[in-house]
Amino acid sequence: MTEKSTITLTINGHDHAIAVEPRRTLVDAIREDCGQTGTHIGCEHGICGACTVIVDGEPVRSCLMFAVQAEGKAIRTVEGLAAGDTLHPMQQAFIDHHGLQCGFCTPGFLMLAVGVLEREPDISDDDLIDVLSSNLCRCTGYQNIIKAVRAAAAEMRK
Amino acid sequence: MSTHETKGSGLKWVGRAIRRLEDPALVTGQGRFTADLPATHWVRFVRSPVAAGTIKSVSFPDGARVITAADLTGVKKITPMLHKFSYRPVGQSILADGQVRYVGEPVAIAVASSEEDAEDLADLVEADIDETPPLVDARAALADGAPQIHAEAPGNVILEGKVQTPGFDSVWDRAAKIVAIEARSHRQNATPMEARAGHASYDPSTGRITLTCTTQMPHLMRTAIADLLGMRESDLRVIAPDVGGGFGQKMSLCAEYVALVWLARKLKSSVAWTEDRRENLIASFHSRDQYISLEGAFDQDSKLLALRADVVSNVGAYSCFPTTSGVEPLMAMAEMPGPYDVQQYQCLARGVLTNTCTMAAYRGVSRPVITFTLERLMDKAATAFGIDPIDIRRRNLIGTFPYTSAMGLVYDEATYKETLEMAVAAIDVPAFRARQQAARARGQYLGIGFATFSERTGYGSPAFAARGMAITPGWETVHLTVDPSGFVEARIGSSPHGQGLRTTLAQIIADEIGVAPDIIKVIHGDTDTAPYGWGTFASRSLVISGGATLLAARKVRAKLLKIASHMLEAAPEDIVLENGSAKVAGTDRTVTIAAMAREAYTQTHRFKGEIEPGLTESGTYDPPGTFSNACHVAIVAVDIETGFVRIERFLVAEDAGRIINPMIADGQVHGGVAQGIGNALLEEIVYDESGGILTANLADYMPPTAHEMPPIELHHLETPSTQSITKAKGLGEGGSIGAPAAVVNAINDALAPFNVQIDEIPATPQRIRAALRDATNSARSRESGNLGATL
Repeated sequence: MTEKSTITLTINGHDHAIAVEPRRTLVDAIREDCGQTGTHIGCEHGICGACTVIVDGEPVRSCLMFAVQAEGKAIRTVEGLAAGDTLHPMQQAFIDHHGLQCGFCTPGFLMLAVGVLEREPDISDDDLIDVLSSNLCRCTGYQNIIKAVRAAAAEMRK
Repeated sequence: MSTHETKGSGLKWVGRAIRRLEDPALVTGQGRFTADLPATHWVRFVRSPVAAGTIKSVSFPDGARVITAADLTGVKKITPMLHKFSYRPVGQSILADGQVRYVGEPVAIAVASSEEDAEDLADLVEADIDETPPLVDARAALADGAPQIHAEAPGNVILEGKVQTPGFDSVWDRAAKIVAIEARSHRQNATPMEARAGHASYDPSTGRITLTCTTQMPHLMRTAIADLLGMRESDLRVIAPDVGGGFGQKMSLCAEYVALVWLARKLKSSVAWTEDRRENLIASFHSRDQYISLEGAFDQDSKLLALRADVVSNVGAYSCFPTTSGVEPLMAMAEMPGPYDVQQYQCLARGVLTNTCTMAAYRGVSRPVITFTLERLMDKAATAFGIDPIDIRRRNLIGTFPYTSAMGLVYDEATYKETLEMAVAAIDVPAFRARQQAARARGQYLGIGFATFSERTGYGSPAFAARGMAITPGWETVHLTVDPSGFVEARIGSSPHGQGLRTTLAQIIADEIGVAPDIIKVIHGDTDTAPYGWGTFASRSLVISGGATLLAARKVRAKLLKIASHMLEAAPEDIVLENGSAKVAGTDRTVTIAAMAREAYTQTHRFKGEIEPGLTESGTYDPPGTFSNACHVAIVAVDIETGFVRIERFLVAEDAGRIINPMIADGQVHGGVAQGIGNALLEEIVYDESGGILTANLADYMPPTAHEMPPIELHHLETPSTQSITKAKGLGEGGSIGAPAAVVNAINDALAPFNVQIDEIPATPQRIRAALRDATNSARSRESGNLGATL
């Protein structure tokens, strides 16, 4: 075991002071050191996107980032999407349009879609499908994920 | 489900696209998956880097906690059993004991206090293995003189199914035409987004172990693991929490889970393992690796008279529990005739052991492969007769019911012809053919492909017993309770993991007892709280668990009517249950279900012994099975320069009987089609000659992304099932069954001008290019008489 560094991660506005090895990935730190298990691990090599979180406004694969690289940055995870009991339009749209089945990839898709639409609210349909093809879902065949994200995009533009 | 959908009287819940009760937790990060649990000890499995060999030694640093086969004394081998088909039982040690038989086989366990430390320790474990030449391909394993993988299975054949109908020979001899196909399906991995994970903990106060794992069948895991370890089953609790997809891969027993329970007992502590994606791709279960030679004998009117099949299924290194490695070859043998009326049949189906990862169930099991083979054969036959592929299907699809197949399966009423016609009309074939001609003139190649198929679903114990399985799944039990506060709880033995069963079963209960689904909780996946059951697989849960739910709900309904009759002083037949109350029809006399429930528990003295206390009833259901059906149509564009295939349109006309929740049903079809498209074009586990896997990450093993998926157009018919008390048929697998055949038929149609035959899945760009090159070369050499021409 190598020496641990003490860092503070800011997740959904809350500070978590943790001690991690330099090799600790951000997703492991979020899940195990900060106890936020809503972010999932699907491949650990940056393909599936289940671990997508938003760091300083950009969707990132948290399995490809070290925890120490995220210090001082604003990290958003699925646990921070809803405002109290009011779901984020993206969460509501996934429910309304059956954009999830087993729900394992869902947090990653939600964060990917929210991150992109906050940056680019008027994204074209083709570009949207390009973006959504960053992540893998094995249950839905993407039909209803695309439908849900389009509906949420319309809602978020209101 | 939104509350605004809560109905007034008269509207049924069944048949409505209500929102899922599962979703609020899952979209807010409150799902509970196995890997979310903390543990005192973490393990990493040290896996064999070679495909075949003898272990000379396993060494590791002094003092390190590393477990090898020598430590597991008294632990039985996993030895699944079939009592038919010349099955040769072969055993699998929990850790390789003496021999290794595939790359990825667990050889040792590194135990440490964190996952990282366990990985570090695993890197220090050295297995010294004397390598021997491996057998990777099933046909090579069948060859004379091939090495013997298990002493118990001579010739590497683990089972052999043979069938021939009495009239076969004479019909075969008088056929006008014999059409043949040599089909090849390469190997796939089901690839659930959550790979395997297990967590075993020890309770010092009771000595019990709780195994939380990502499984589709928690009760059978308990039975199997207790057996192997010699434990009392009551000392083991198995929990399937939220499970991140399974698709069959999670219905087999994993040696790793047995090891976790063994370790938790030994360490009297908690022990966890989370599989990484590479392990999942190389060492979880594989599927679909088959060669099928199929011949069809037709009369002069293109009516199919007989089928002759030779199925060679590569079952890998061991047999999977509980289905055994018969799951693919025997399914292929039983269901090869598919949706066609053909009464003469001969089949030889063999399961062949190789030095590859063990084969097990994956969505559709053999049916994507046999449908691919049979539907390619029908297209070839259409060409041979010079008729349209649609017409040859019209001539041969089953149209009268019940229909008994050559294998003796009884097909209940379905709509093979109707869904074909529905699809033909919706896709507008004449318009497509015109477009295809115009495109060809521009050097662009479009094709259309059809696939019709039957999907046997919801089959109970007799169907499994027919396979001779030592473990015969089938029935399901549901315990339904109205609690003293009037809320409803259904405890089920099925174990859904994405199928939305908490919602659909609630819809069935809601209609029966007159309450809204959102007060109904469906509890599953915990052997301490759910009744014994078989789990979720084989498109069975909505039919079988749904049937058991309906039976239990009818009993609760009857009891509620009795209580209401007592409380309202009216005859039970005058009482209706709706909107959470019992009401005397035509009056304003009502009593709420909550009040009746309270009475049933706390005021039973008033029943004067006429009604039993409490409000819990059970239902058990074990149906014979019911056939869903569909027609899939794909339109593709093939780039002949690169071999790239783009699916322009994908259409499904399907019939799964009565639909309980159309939104959920459509979602199942979408997901199945996506997996079928992956099967058709993209996904392949590739072994090299040494038995190493070249596709051990998701960049090389490629499930489809949103980019590869066309919009899927769905059309429905609903033929109520007579073999299912809810009238519903299963539909979990159909999407994956039809899509490979439709897509590859479309590719062949697109490439018709080049006279190529693509009979292999996945039809990758490399394979399409190779076929085009071969065709061009042979055309050139025909033209020039020069055999040496190459492209």
